[in-house]
Amino acid sequence: MTTEPTPATDFPAPPVYDVVIPARAPWSQVVKKGQTLRIIDLEGNQAADFLCYNAHDSAERYSAQDTVVARRNIYLSTGRVLMSNEANPMMTIVADTVGKHDTSGGACSCESNTLRYGHHTKHQHACVENFVYELGQHGLGKRDTVSNINWFMNVPVEPDGALGIVDGLSAPGKYLDLRAEMDVLAVISNCPQINNPCNGFNPTPVRVVIW
Amino acid sequence: MRTNLSDPYQAREHARAQSGMVVPNMPTLPVECATNLPEEIEPAALVWDETLGAGDYCARILKRHTRLRLINSEADACAHFIVFNADRPIERLNVADTVKVQWNAYLKQNALLLSDMGRVLMSLTRDTSGRHDTFCGPTNAKTNAMKYGAGDKFSPFPNARDRFLIALQKFGLGKRDIPPSLSFFKGVKIEPDGTTTLSDYAGKPGDYVELRVEMNVLVVIANCPHVLDPRPEYVATPVRVLAYRGEPTPADDPIRNGSPEALRAFQNVEDYFLS
Repeated sequence: MTTEPTPATDFPAPPVYDVVIPARAPWSQVVKKGQTLRIIDLEGNQAADFLCYNAHDSAERYSAQDTVVARRNIYLSTGRVLMSNEANPMMTIVADTVGKHDTSGGACSCESNTLRYGHHTKHQHACVENFVYELGQHGLGKRDTVSNINWFMNVPVEPDGALGIVDGLSAPGKYLDLRAEMDVLAVISNCPQINNPCNGFNPTPVRVVIW
Repeated sequence: MRTNLSDPYQAREHARAQSGMVVPNMPTLPVECATNLPEEIEPAALVWDETLGAGDYCARILKRHTRLRLINSEADACAHFIVFNADRPIERLNVADTVKVQWNAYLKQNALLLSDMGRVLMSLTRDTSGRHDTFCGPTNAKTNAMKYGAGDKFSPFPNARDRFLIALQKFGLGKRDIPPSLSFFKGVKIEPDGTTTLSDYAGKPGDYVELRVEMNVLVVIANCPHVLDPRPEYVATPVRVLAYRGEPTPADDPIRNGSPEALRAFQNVEDYFLS
């Protein structure tokens, strides 16, 4: 039996938190163990760069490499568990209407933009700017920015190893649900990139809901 | 046989009696005493010779233009690797930028190791192995305990992440400073569905990688079995670590000019050293 996915506006429990992250903006919030965080791609093909930290010991944080190893697979979707650098489960993807998300490509930065596109992009806003700003609100900093997840971003790897950010698989209203397996500080950079297809060349808002 | 060591004089004699002992996995000091060097390495240029056995690690600052060679002497090593800007270690290897900027996930000859500040830390100038990994990272105490029955740093099966931590602590860095890592000599392929597959090891004894140091760097190397290694035994044959002085990267260097992204990564380094 197949069931229609729950609409992004119909929540299994009353939300305790519900905000729209403006285009290009950073965001952070503690999600308690057992709570679920929904991230909704309101207008479609909007990369949401994501990191999370143990809310009680921020030296324990999301590890892309431990997450890949846990399931021997580089793409994230329903059922996958976000693992920490201590190999502990942090969050579980309990729903996903997209089907494939990236954790290999990392976050855009002013500095890497100069390599990828040229020095004319040096002063464009970037995800690392958002991350270091937002982490700074919690006493964390640049050394805490490790390889992140790019929700709604499509990064295939070809047989010869070729890897790149390509047209997205997401669409307006697509979403994913993350159940917290420990108290986590979740941090998002609503990606401001305008030089590749990760945001359809047009950064837009995303909505985050917690219940 | 236990000798009488009841006073400091006898204890001193006992300790000093170890002088000159040679074991397979150790540094060579002074480095001029190194033997069995590859022909193309000028002995007078050598600055570092150390062999890492299974579970061993080393860390060292290397000046710009030094060459670092890692030799997979017996063909079954796994060199977990991280690297920092030694002058300003908040800048460090960024594996995601390394694969994204170069449009390829598999490290091979002519690849760059990129920092999180848009600069090239090291260039992979020679590679006879072709089997390296950017996806799976270091082992940790839990993964080792599951596979070997123990994984703590004090166990017979030390894990690479704890090796990184111990090494970094000695440079004033800590757990928060361990970035995602690379491993040399154990390759991982990505299947079309995203599955990670450890390459069959078909290398040969003496395979090596050589890295040209493009900024002053702190390198940390841990020789521990790969996290996807299916064998129940803790296997990591020795890694020989050699470093020697080399010439600056010339303006017409083929790696520097190998792609527009590489050229800008070198230009960012050259610009950094201007002031």
